[in-house]
Amino acid sequence: MTNCLIDFGAQLIDLFIRAGKASLFLGKAIVCSVTTPIKFGRIIEQIWFIGWKSMPVVCLTGAFTGMVLALQGYPSLRRLGSEALLGPLVSLSLISELGPVLSALMVTGRAGSAITAKIGIMRINDEIDAIELMGLNPMRYLVVPNLIAFLVAMPLLAVIFDVIAIFGAYLVGVRVLGMDGAAYFGEMSNYVVLHDIMSGIYKSMSFGALIAWICCYKGFNCRFGAEGVSAATTDAVVGASVLILICDYLITSLIN
Amino acid sequence: MIVIEDLWKAFGTQEVLRGVSLQVKTGEFVALIGMSGCGKSLLLRLLVRLMRPDMGRVLVDGHDVSKMPREELEMLRSRVGYVFQNGALFDSDTVFDNVAFPLREKTRWSETKIRSKVLAELDLVGLKDAERKYPAQLSGGMRKRVALARTLVRAPEIILFDEPTTGLDPIVGNSILHLFDSVHKRLNLTGILVSHEIPEIFGIVQKIAMLYEGKIVAVETPETIGTSKNAVIDQFVHGKPDGPVHY
Repeated sequence: MTNCLIDFGAQLIDLFIRAGKASLFLGKAIVCSVTTPIKFGRIIEQIWFIGWKSMPVVCLTGAFTGMVLALQGYPSLRRLGSEALLGPLVSLSLISELGPVLSALMVTGRAGSAITAKIGIMRINDEIDAIELMGLNPMRYLVVPNLIAFLVAMPLLAVIFDVIAIFGAYLVGVRVLGMDGAAYFGEMSNYVVLHDIMSGIYKSMSFGALIAWICCYKGFNCRFGAEGVSAATTDAVVGASVLILICDYLITSLIN
Repeated sequence: MIVIEDLWKAFGTQEVLRGVSLQVKTGEFVALIGMSGCGKSLLLRLLVRLMRPDMGRVLVDGHDVSKMPREELEMLRSRVGYVFQNGALFDSDTVFDNVAFPLREKTRWSETKIRSKVLAELDLVGLKDAERKYPAQLSGGMRKRVALARTLVRAPEIILFDEPTTGLDPIVGNSILHLFDSVHKRLNLTGILVSHEIPEIFGIVQKIAMLYEGKIVAVETPETIGTSKNAVIDQFVHGKPDGPVHY
């Protein structure tokens, strides 16, 4: 019993130490992003990598999410005699909830994992130490461009996800299941307000910052060898995904 | 001048350095030899504060490296060149961009001036024609030479070489050692070379320090090391299977 308590205590202390180190890393990244000149070229490169190259997976996920929502939602609404509310149901759930969360999860898997692996390999190849030994701050080259790029790219990807998903739901609801097209878009414009759109934008920006933070931190603190890079990448994807869901709940409860 | 005083460093219960002391005078080129994993590379990392010692201190021109504020440390690091064992080149940049990186980031030079300086350094290491290649397209020896060019382009006063010839064939390894020798003589650099290349390194350094069981057990000159009375050095230098060194 005593040993169990000691182990539990040790793990708790370790958790707090790791959380403290990660918070310190984020603090340094924020300070660095406002105190050192911005590397615009690298930011554009990262926006292209995170945003543009994630478009296919985000569009595909968005299309099928919208189609499934319509396929599941329409029969249920029909039973209640409210099939005209398919547009608001789909758009509200997408704009403020599913769009930001699912696009963030997709981007974590595609771009976040790649960034962790790249920084991790730079760490084990001494490239980060080499930057430091040139009297330069590696945060400025590796973390700040990613942080800003995620903040810019994530809301755009979430909006694209929403638009594609709404059209996916339109295809299934109107073209396949026979709902009235005018009612689909008409009811949507009656129910969706600016607050819903802004909450989606705030969420996707928060998720973007979260992905950049976790993925860069894990890459920076990667252990040695291929196993270290593999573990860092897995930790980054799992950690960022779980934190996105927790953060989603917290932001939703704050906004509402 | 670099003064290492009673330096200790442990990882958990494993004590790697147990009171290392060494002096390297300005303009001197010192080789650091010892068994694999005895802490030679760690010692170089402590010199530039990539890690901090548990005890002891490193003085560079009288300034304690472990107590330096960030700005002073960055100034020191800009005077130090460090050639990593694997070169530590940026894989996604070309050879030219790798060598130009410190100039683009640390100076306000025009791209024309940077270009001529980078090409001059690449010419010095015999790689002028490789400027457009990526590190992955280079051989081990070429990567080390690019790493040297990237270090020299910053005109360092102190240079640290971490096993620069490991994994290279004898001809390429010797050509790199002679390149270091010519650079050292031309620029009068203070240098520490971690290497296992015995006796090749004896021709290019002024002193050889042997690290064993966490301490510098002897400092010899190239002339005296072959006949050293120190049993550890004698066994290591002559590659004798029997002796005090456990492996």
